[in-house]
Amino acid sequence: MPDFNPLSLWRRLLSLPNDSKTKTLVMAFAVSVVCAGAVSTLAVQLRPLQEANRLAQQQARLDAAVSQGTGVAGSQADPAAPGLQMLVVDLATGLQATGITPASFDMRAAAVAEETSTALTPEADLARIGRKPKFALIHVQRREGRVERVVLPVWGKGYQSTIHAYLALRGDLKTVASLTIVEHGETPGIGAKIDEPDWQQLWPGKEIADESGEIRLAVAQGTAHSVYEVDGITGATRTGKGLTNMLRFWLGQDGYGAVLDNLRNGRL
Amino acid sequence: MASTARLLFGPIVDNNPVTLQILGICSALAVTTSVATALTMSLALTAVLVASSVIISAIRHHLPTSIRLILQITIIASLVIVVDQLLQAYAFAISQHLSIFVSLIVTNCVVLGRAEAFAVRNPVGPSVLDALGNGLGYSLVLLLVGAVREGLGLGTLMGYQVLPTVAAGGWFVPLGVMLLAPSAFFILGLLIWALRSWRPDQAEPDEFPLATAEEGTVS
Repeated sequence: MPDFNPLSLWRRLLSLPNDSKTKTLVMAFAVSVVCAGAVSTLAVQLRPLQEANRLAQQQARLDAAVSQGTGVAGSQADPAAPGLQMLVVDLATGLQATGITPASFDMRAAAVAEETSTALTPEADLARIGRKPKFALIHVQRREGRVERVVLPVWGKGYQSTIHAYLALRGDLKTVASLTIVEHGETPGIGAKIDEPDWQQLWPGKEIADESGEIRLAVAQGTAHSVYEVDGITGATRTGKGLTNMLRFWLGQDGYGAVLDNLRNGRL
Repeated sequence: MASTARLLFGPIVDNNPVTLQILGICSALAVTTSVATALTMSLALTAVLVASSVIISAIRHHLPTSIRLILQITIIASLVIVVDQLLQAYAFAISQHLSIFVSLIVTNCVVLGRAEAFAVRNPVGPSVLDALGNGLGYSLVLLLVGAVREGLGLGTLMGYQVLPTVAAGGWFVPLGVMLLAPSAFFILGLLIWALRSWRPDQAEPDEFPLATAEEGTVS
């Protein structure tokens, strides 16, 4: 009569020769289950902490994008900071959206929700983001009534991930103040260099468009040859192209074009 | 007692995994631009090494030969993910600096090397000591290289200014090359040279000795 006592089954298993098929299968299964269990439990347990870290980092980068180069220290993204305005804008009209408060506006969620975004045709979808949001949360800093800096959230597909960034423009709305990468998953050591200070310091002072108004801002393939270009990163051609297309999309009429026009002529 | 000490302290100088066995070089080069990253990487590797040695040594009598390596790698990989997740939760800034290199501990030859060479045939106690010793040996080299690179590259140690740089009104001109990967090769090379001059027994015999004049004459 077979013995089903777990303890003796366990002993029998342990006493099996190591190379028996049963033991091989049981060991493979046991190790996989224990490892998978440990890894998934920990990942789920730690997710809230990691999420909080990521959010804090994004906030810090936004702060940096707003305060960089203005000579004003401290958290500029604080809504109470003098001269700094958080605005939810309607991208179609370029005017302030009515009925949405900046504090409660979740741009990432709104950018993919059916009712607050529209599908893009493949030809118009330069940034390869699939859907175009109707509203965006931007930061405008004014001093004595004049626009000093505008911070625009932008995102688009790089080589293997969606790159999220803040593009800050100077008061003339023609030159870049900074490009701060908030989040990306590009190849470590290659495309991921977009994240490094050495490369980011190439951006301030670049002009976004020529006289005819055509958006020329780009990541060059190789060395930059004009005031519109920054040096490309060796080995990261497609990351660079992705950034170029993303900036062209967001600065164009499908992106912040109308908003920038209104900021220029004082209607916003 | 003597053998316990040898297990623990042997791999630190006499049988150092990096300078004698030349294992784990990739990460030793990549994460040593500052002492802080080198220290975190050392702690992560030592933790993975000790934990994997304990587990593998504990189940060593029941490892089927045909899937031995796969099981070891599975265990090591899981531990690495655990360490990576912990770093991302509790030391986020530094985990961003280490980027992919924590995950690459999986492929670090030191870890699998100790599992295969020691943990699969020794009881748990000695395996822990061996793993700890090797972890410390690896850490020592990483910290040395990291200290030289950060010190000469930025004039700082653990972020504190030790050499007053020109930019800050001092006399020290930082050596930018120290922050690039090749400098780690140079420093590691010099370190191994120094070590082998001090301990000539660590030098390997020439595999292909040069022929003497007479031997080399073609008749």
